[in-house]
Amino acid sequence: MANQTRTLEAPAAAAPRRSASLWGDAFRRLLKNRLAVLGGVIVLGLIFVAIFGPMLAPYEYQSQDLAAVVAAGGPVDPFVGPHFFGTDNLGRDLLSRLMDGARISMTVALVVQTVVLLIGVPVGAAAAWFGGRLDTLLMRITDIVYAFPDLLFIILLSVALRETAVGKAMDGLFVVFVAIGLTAWVGMARLVRGQLLSLKEAEFVEAAKAVGVSDFKIILRHLLPNASGPMIVAITLGIPGAILAEATLAFIGIGANEPRASWGKLVAEGQTYIRAEPHLAIIPALVVAIALISFTFLGDGLRDALDPKLKGKQ
Amino acid sequence: MLGYIIRRVLWIIPVLFFVSVITFVLMRATPSGPFDSFGGGRIAAPGVVAALESKYGLNDPPQIQYVRWVGNLLVGDLGPSYKYRDRTVNDIVGQGIGATVHLGIMAFLLAVLIGIPLGVIAALRHNGVPDYLATFVSMIGIATPSFVLSILLLVFFSVTLGWFPSQSARWWDNPATWVLPTVALAGFPIAQIARYTRASMLEVTRKDYVRTAQSKGLRERTIVSVHMVRNSLIPVVTILGPILAFLITGSFIVETIFGVPGIGRYYIVSIGQRDYGVIMAMTMLFAVAIAVLNLVVDVLYAYIDPRIRYS
Repeated sequence: MANQTRTLEAPAAAAPRRSASLWGDAFRRLLKNRLAVLGGVIVLGLIFVAIFGPMLAPYEYQSQDLAAVVAAGGPVDPFVGPHFFGTDNLGRDLLSRLMDGARISMTVALVVQTVVLLIGVPVGAAAAWFGGRLDTLLMRITDIVYAFPDLLFIILLSVALRETAVGKAMDGLFVVFVAIGLTAWVGMARLVRGQLLSLKEAEFVEAAKAVGVSDFKIILRHLLPNASGPMIVAITLGIPGAILAEATLAFIGIGANEPRASWGKLVAEGQTYIRAEPHLAIIPALVVAIALISFTFLGDGLRDALDPKLKGKQ
Repeated sequence: MLGYIIRRVLWIIPVLFFVSVITFVLMRATPSGPFDSFGGGRIAAPGVVAALESKYGLNDPPQIQYVRWVGNLLVGDLGPSYKYRDRTVNDIVGQGIGATVHLGIMAFLLAVLIGIPLGVIAALRHNGVPDYLATFVSMIGIATPSFVLSILLLVFFSVTLGWFPSQSARWWDNPATWVLPTVALAGFPIAQIARYTRASMLEVTRKDYVRTAQSKGLRERTIVSVHMVRNSLIPVVTILGPILAFLITGSFIVETIFGVPGIGRYYIVSIGQRDYGVIMAMTMLFAVAIAVLNLVVDVLYAYIDPRIRYS
């Protein structure tokens, strides 16, 4: 037995090139993609601000500098004085509010993708593994969710639950997060189903079945890890969609309650002063765009890095 | 093929049924009703509210109300509006649908006319400057929300440069006012179509029939237009249905910002005011649009690509 192990290891040790695991290879390819690295750095920065924002922010996002507003006779101008991006008409520091907005957006990313995984993966896996009528039923359900105009569903659910305890949780954000997740899982379910349908005919699955591994363990330990590349890409590329949905809802006045500062809400508030103080709308609008572009760059880079068709080309 | 179309059309019925039931239940689950306030914080006397509710049959059991709504829908009656009491929901939809569809189709044409050439040029100059430019533009288009694009367009072209009029009375009658909302709405689909076209063109470049055409000495222009573009557009067609549905149903943000007199802007208002009839009508309209356009595209797909056979 020991002899056998040695013969297996020997060629690998003799090979001149670095040992190449799937993830190590993918990571090296990702680092070569400049746009993806740029996106990744900005995403890490946003996560950092989301976690440590309250400690970093120059002001509290809800506190008002009324003296400055009176002195300026309206919203305080940006890039002069202590308020770097200026303030809104209530004297609230825009930079600090943007940092609270980062917190909201990153929480959206986390919660929505968790809901997507919790619903999409079991549904997709069950449909692929058990097939037959269950598959038909689950896929018909995804068809219905897909046919529902999703932004309308999110608006309806948020408004319907607004007055309840669920609707008030997390400053009114919780129900928005869940509603977005409830419409977004369909893509993940279809992806997992498609991946597992092709994987379940593989020989290693047959081997696992032959030695009596349970269905649940085959799916969890053998099938899903092999589908994790496309799943990671789908999650990364799904994040901008979720952030966008939350920002759009906040823009039309649904979700974050006062005094929370969702990016979409900041754009909407700034729109009121668009002639006199255009920066109040433009700065948050640019922040939203940069955040979404960063996640898209990172997701595209991950897809290229994990796509086996490109392997060996670079 | 005919059997496939019939099955798909029949499948739209249960989809619409579930969409309407879910919308109905969600709407009735909301704590307040349409007559709780009358704007400006005015509150009607309890007797008035009760009278209004019984007039519109809102005191009946929900399932009765739902069946009545379906019955009216089947004869083309979308019911009364509780907020605009001088108009029925049919009036509201009838007055606004023209502008919404008009805006959606203009944005769709713009997206196709810009997106496809952008993708083709990017693929023909693969890894060249035009490719990077086109890829960068489409990345930005995909990642810029329509409300952000709307605001930026409004600030630069309407407020700062004054090239396009901002809102005024009867303003949709002036074609110059169509430009900014159309561009704002088309930004995302332009990017999406360009990305699909580029990927599909790159795929086609490696096909045997393209190499055959090159080796028998056909002109470059002929190869590109006859062999490559036509074949590469087949997968692009599949996303055009969802895109057109998105443009017609997803324009309410753009409509609100630019004050387009379409139906989209009623949606948000009517949810806030519990105007049940308007909400149900809009949701059903949008669901029908999505279902029908997806079906049309799937059928079209089989028509333009004879290799596809539905059974």
